[in-house]
Amino acid sequence: MINLLLFPIIIPFFFAMILLFFKEQVVVQRVLTLIGLALSLVASFWLIATVKTEGIQTVTLGSWPAPFGITMVSDMFSAMLVTTTIIITFFVVIYSFSSIGVERERFFYYPAILFMITGINGAFTTGDIFNMFVFFEVLLIASYLLIVLGGEKRQLRESIKYILVNVISSAIFVIAVAYLYSIIGTLNMADISVKIAEINQPGIISVIAILFLIVFGIKGAIFPLYFWLPNSYAAPPIPVLALFGALLTKVGVYAITRTYTLFFVHDIGFTHQFLMVLSLLTIIAGCIGALAYFDLKQIIIYNIIIAVGVILFGVAQMNTSGLEGAVYYLIHDMLIKGALFVLIGIIIYVTGTSNLREMGGLIKTHGTLGWTYLIAAFGLAGIPPLSGFIGKVLITKGAFEADHVIGSIIILASSLVVLLSVIRIFIYAFWGTQKNELPVRDQRTYRHMMFPAIMLVLITVAYGVGAEWLMPYMTDAADVLTDPSIYINAVLKE
Amino acid sequence: MEFILAILIGILFTAAVYLILSRSLLKVILGTGLLSHGAHLLILTMGGLGGSAPPVLIDGVTDFADPLPQALILTAIVISFGVTAVMLVMAYRMYAVHQTDNMNELRGNDEHD
Repeated sequence: MINLLLFPIIIPFFFAMILLFFKEQVVVQRVLTLIGLALSLVASFWLIATVKTEGIQTVTLGSWPAPFGITMVSDMFSAMLVTTTIIITFFVVIYSFSSIGVERERFFYYPAILFMITGINGAFTTGDIFNMFVFFEVLLIASYLLIVLGGEKRQLRESIKYILVNVISSAIFVIAVAYLYSIIGTLNMADISVKIAEINQPGIISVIAILFLIVFGIKGAIFPLYFWLPNSYAAPPIPVLALFGALLTKVGVYAITRTYTLFFVHDIGFTHQFLMVLSLLTIIAGCIGALAYFDLKQIIIYNIIIAVGVILFGVAQMNTSGLEGAVYYLIHDMLIKGALFVLIGIIIYVTGTSNLREMGGLIKTHGTLGWTYLIAAFGLAGIPPLSGFIGKVLITKGAFEADHVIGSIIILASSLVVLLSVIRIFIYAFWGTQKNELPVRDQRTYRHMMFPAIMLVLITVAYGVGAEWLMPYMTDAADVLTDPSIYINAVLKE
Repeated sequence: MEFILAILIGILFTAAVYLILSRSLLKVILGTGLLSHGAHLLILTMGGLGGSAPPVLIDGVTDFADPLPQALILTAIVISFGVTAVMLVMAYRMYAVHQTDNMNELRGNDEHD
């Protein structure tokens, strides 16, 4: 199965195109979307098993030999991210059945999701820097549709800013690729890594490294460049917000991780120091935002920014523990953010408001929701044995090994702030007395919404408790990141 | 030739930044168009201009243009064309709903609604 690694990209793409023909038949769309995602899920698990037993998988499109044609590469890191992406999409799609509304479903909601998955999985899998730009555009254009779908006043206002920011960052991406091409003369990522090693990263390459950091930093929301995120993400309905929060920023984080562990590894004192300072500032800025708001959506949205900082801090250490922790935490964060957004979506559905001050006493009427939320909140903050804990332990261990003591203290302190910010939701929404009369809601819809939420939380719990079994996979992923020659040999072996 | 193109790219970027910083949404969109044109020209220039022959393998031809930047530009142009079209449609819808194209009046978050 040489084309196996293309399946998670092609299957959603194929089903998205099929769905375009069934605009009015909502039931057909739902069934086909689930079938498509289930098939991609099978393919991606198969891919993980193959990568585990046979090493990194590569495909050169059109059989052009490696540095000349477009290469698709699937190492353990990207294979696991692809699988996580599809798992989250699967459950968010189930959640959308009862929450997004038929009006939106009729206007190409499911095809847009599948096209976005195509772009995300493509960006995770590609081994060609310009191809990464193309896949970024695929997922961005699908996300433009998703963010504006419904055409509410606020959505239109925020989506136009979202598009402008992303168009400008795409232009900078093209500029960065152009500079890189003029100096290195190749676009294949493994080949770029070899050529940069040959010339030992002169100053101009470090400039390009920072340019890439700006581009991916805008998409991944690092410190000075996250300004667009809170308002834009709050505009679309909850299922779209869950997909964006869980997946889109993580593509930027993945791209930074990939370029900073594969290309720009010869002047760590400058580039990685820069990345580390920015990631710490990102954590602090996110903490301030998470504590500042009394709005459910905003609190969790700022938690995305904190997580981006934590992952990138792990990447900036450039040692095995730090990178292992970053990989582990990245996947943990995708899962837990998906679960949390779905859960607060249910809270908002039940209470009819997203303002914490108008809630209270939900634990009496919605016990399951409360306890599920509490587990998810503990998982996010990293209470052992839940999944946030192991990633943070590895990242701080890496930081202590690299003598970045202040950074690890900030990471540990940020856990407390994260815990405070999510527990505040629990205290205000679930404790105390009921402030307003709850709007009458259909119990069946509520149960249908709870199913994907509980499943996602269970997966995160299993991800934390089963860390012992997952560790070999994490080590495989981190090995590729610590030692670029594994990646290069796999791509350029012929 | 590279020198002239570099100046042209600089002018395009300057105009793009000026337009993007203006208040009218339509001008901002025109600015992003100019920005992507500048970026495309930059790829072309960075790939190295010149070459007297087309990039086709024939015996004896050594001085040919690099075809790769042109392929890259083709992709990038198509993408920026599509995105600009999406943006224009969305700007039109936004004008219809909000009755303004002044970016200063489009600020705010949930609490301002």
